Amino acid sequence: MDLLQTLKVAFRALRTNKMRSFLTMLGIIIGIAAVIAMMAVGSGAREVISQQIASIGSNIILVLPGSTTSGGLRSGSGGVQTLTSDDAKAIGSELPSVEAAAPSIRSSGQAVYGNMNWSTIIWGTSPEFFDIREWKTGSGRSITRQDNDGASKVCLIGETVAENLFGSSDPIGKTVRLKKIPFTVIGVLERKGQSPQGQDQDDAIYVPIRTAQRKLVGSQFPNTVGSIMVKARSSAQLEQAEEEIKSLLNQRHRIVQGKEPDFSIRNLSEMLAVAEQSSKAMSLLLGAVASISLIVGGIGIMNIMLVSVTERTREIGIRMAIGAARNDILMQFMTEAVLLTLLGGFIGILLGSAGATIVSSFLGWPTLISIASITVAFFFSGAVGIFFGFYPARKAAGLNPIDALRYE
Amino acid sequence: MGIKREKILAQWEDRSDMADVISINDIHRFFVIGNQQFEALKGITFAVAEGEFVAIMGASGSGKSTCMNILGCLDRPTRGRYLLDGTDVGEMSADQLARIRNRKLGFVFQGFNLLPRTSALENVELPLVYAGVTSRERKIRAEAALEKVGLAGKERNHTSQLSGGQQQRVAIARALVNNPSVILADEPTGNLDSRTSDEIMALFTTLNSQGITIIMVTHEHDVAAYAGREITFRDGIIIGDSRRAPASYGE
Ligand SMILES: Nc1ncnc2c1ncn2[C@@H]1O[C@H](COP(=O)(O)OP(=O)(O)O)[C@@H](O)[C@H]1O
Ligand SMILES: [Mg+2]
Repeated sequence: MDLLQTLKVAFRALRTNKMRSFLTMLGIIIGIAAVIAMMAVGSGAREVISQQIASIGSNIILVLPGSTTSGGLRSGSGGVQTLTSDDAKAIGSELPSVEAAAPSIRSSGQAVYGNMNWSTIIWGTSPEFFDIREWKTGSGRSITRQDNDGASKVCLIGETVAENLFGSSDPIGKTVRLKKIPFTVIGVLERKGQSPQGQDQDDAIYVPIRTAQRKLVGSQFPNTVGSIMVKARSSAQLEQAEEEIKSLLNQRHRIVQGKEPDFSIRNLSEMLAVAEQSSKAMSLLLGAVASISLIVGGIGIMNIMLVSVTERTREIGIRMAIGAARNDILMQFMTEAVLLTLLGGFIGILLGSAGATIVSSFLGWPTLISIASITVAFFFSGAVGIFFGFYPARKAAGLNPIDALRYE
Repeated sequence: MGIKREKILAQWEDRSDMADVISINDIHRFFVIGNQQFEALKGITFAVAEGEFVAIMGASGSGKSTCMNILGCLDRPTRGRYLLDGTDVGEMSADQLARIRNRKLGFVFQGFNLLPRTSALENVELPLVYAGVTSRERKIRAEAALEKVGLAGKERNHTSQLSGGQQQRVAIARALVNNPSVILADEPTGNLDSRTSDEIMALFTTLNSQGITIIMVTHEHDVAAYAGREITFRDGIIIGDSRRAPASYGE
């Protein structure tokens, strides 16, 4: 029996019971839609994460005051203040696995230019910071060592700040007031976009750290910093660098063995791994939905095919009486089952793509419905048909011609 | 195209003469019902020569259908030998039997056994589909077979749109279409009125006169009268086997 004829017979059988065929397909439709959504969400998340990795810079370690076990991140004022600019200098110059280290200190406040004002985050940091973050100045110049040593009242502004304070005019050379103190704008940073935590990284102003320590942060410890950002020489040396930082700071802070350190070290790629983990969990959930509904849908198909075989026992008998071999009957019912799942798969691909597009537009992710995921979904639906159609088809093919003919 | 059509039809008409088409020897058939054993055929022996028209008679339950199903390779005997065109059918696999049913035998049933929601032409084409004949040749041959049984013009009709007599003609065309050695008909007129029965029997007579071997079960004497030989069953054995000049159609 040729394929065309087999397909014709299968189509006719499905058409005779339109509603039943559709209901049978439903499980496959849901399952395949979940497969498509899962792959789209998974690759969308991967895409976003890799963009974020690129925006943070590579091989970065963050050193924070306070121990991990006693509360983690320093939270604004009132937290522990144990890291100093000298710690940063020592890490940057003494450790073989470290390429550079930059201290930074955070403060928030109003930036005023003329009659415009904008509330933003003001960071004090050293010139190395921009190398570590791989963050270039779009116009003007960056902060220099001289600016830092002299505690100059100069600042670099992010794109968002530039837009909100200066609109279309050139900010360079203009004076802005930060916490009422006048600063000269020396440069505008290139656009960086969102951080992994979803903050606008361009909504920030950077000033030399010494300036910040002296003029902006009212602190009783003038040399303290909020965090130190370290860049390891390579990703292979990340762990090594962490170890070196740990022992250097233990030594500098006179932390004897067995005592709780007064700092904590975070690897940014670890933080990204957390983000990746949660997108994996989402994929896993969708994967579970997909496999459960594919299995349930497959069982539904097996059930309906068994009903169909019983209903059409007489037809099978007639076909056998006029010369259908067992393989012809097997193929006929397999084709019917596979056609059912492929049709369901097709509808599922359409629905899944639509769903993924909606979800990713909500999350602001790129929609990634690849040819690969459609191919996978297509093969999956076919495989479900083959797997769950085989038993009923074999049952049909195994019928005895005379018994089938006499079946009432 | 014309030439091709003639060639296909010529091949279809061609049949070489042979001796016994069917030869069965001491056929037994046991049925197990619950824990009871029932012997429906208790040693049947006969042979049918090429071109014969045989009527099998007998009371209901005498084993006629059981015997026909074995002759039609739809069922296997519990014991005994069955030679079809000189080859032993008993040794064959299920798929080989399917091939025999497809190529050598044509079956006509009391209840027609046509596929529902399917046109007359498609029903007749079906044996050719399983024979692997191309769709163009299928159409030519199926149309010719329908023409032969007097149904030219009814190709597109679905079986539900045809009368009982017309449905049985479609079934006969389906039995003929693959050029079988033998046509086996189990009470082919059992569901038809007497006028339609006569038309069907006239068709069988014509086919037989063209050289097709026919074995037909009936329990009506006027139907059996069309055949040249009458085998009578009773309780699973043969109690009579007689030849005579068949009554010709229109007498
Ligand atoms: N599949 C079967 N299982 C059990 N008994 C059967 C089966 N087929 C036929 N028989 C029995 O065998 C006997 C002969 O049946 P059958 O050949 O159909 O008779 P008929 O001469 O009326 O065609 C009957 O008694 C019937 O009940
Ligand atoms: Mg009978």
